[in-house]
Amino acid sequence: ARHHPGHLLQDRQGCCWTCCSLQVWSLSSPFCYLVLALISSHFLRCLIVYPWTQRYFGSFGNLYNAAAITSNPKVAAHGKVVLSGLELAVKNMDDIKQTYADLSVLHSEKLHVDPDNFKLLADCLTIVVAAQMGPGFTCDVQAAFQKFLAVVVSSLRRQYH
Amino acid sequence: MTFGSAKDKEVVKAFWTKLAPKADDVGADALSRMLAVYPQTKTYFAHWKDLSPGSAPVKKHGKTVMGGVADAVGKIDDLTAGLLDLSELHAFTLRVDPANFKILSHNILVVLAIVFPNEFTPEVHVALDKFLGALSRALAEKYR
Repeated sequence: ARHHPGHLLQDRQGCCWTCCSLQVWSLSSPFCYLVLALISSHFLRCLIVYPWTQRYFGSFGNLYNAAAITSNPKVAAHGKVVLSGLELAVKNMDDIKQTYADLSVLHSEKLHVDPDNFKLLADCLTIVVAAQMGPGFTCDVQAAFQKFLAVVVSSLRRQYH
Repeated sequence: MTFGSAKDKEVVKAFWTKLAPKADDVGADALSRMLAVYPQTKTYFAHWKDLSPGSAPVKKHGKTVMGGVADAVGKIDDLTAGLLDLSELHAFTLRVDPANFKILSHNILVVLAIVFPNEFTPEVHVALDKFLGALSRALAEKYR
């Protein structure tokens, strides 16, 4: 796999993250599958911390309490789906708006997701990444990461009419 | 303003005992991140000489802010009454737009996730998020 040039950071598990020259996260490192699994927990955290987000997941079975959500296989699988969507944004950083056009239509017209929820998920993701990275998640890294997520959220909102 | 269930209060108070010894550092880091990630918040501190992460004014003010949070934990059973003076200060003297309370709360949670990765479980996260939300509403009480 390609490594982007730039600063190498290590998280608590010794997995390598690379920051490209635009200072946005690249998830393309082959060492990061463990990290990705841990970070897919951002989605279950969102369902627990903002329980109204569960409204979109009626088919997921038992979401009754934190324990049920944490052990629900459909929740875990969906966390990975969301992450692969984010990976698409990372790989197309120069035009996230266009890359996400179809996804935006999907969320608006088929899934009928209130776009305010995108920000809630972005906040949960930031917190889970912070927990995983530890002190390596500095002010500057957080600023770059949140800027990236803001573009992702805005691109997802774009096709709502 | 009533905040949460008995369980929520228990969780917040228990977590606070772990947090208290590191409160000053948490406050400084949260404030540093707020200023860096949300540059519009710098407008409230234009009178500081140094707004960079971990600077002296940032450290001092982080301590002040966490002192307020500590106070709120002690008054968790009635935040509105307990934070009346602080609310008047923010409403009439500081005139901070209450939207910024949510921004600072988010950054406090980010720092807690970094400093307490194992203890900051989803259950603790939701209780603290609710608490900081209630604290923010109590602070905004006197605005109008």
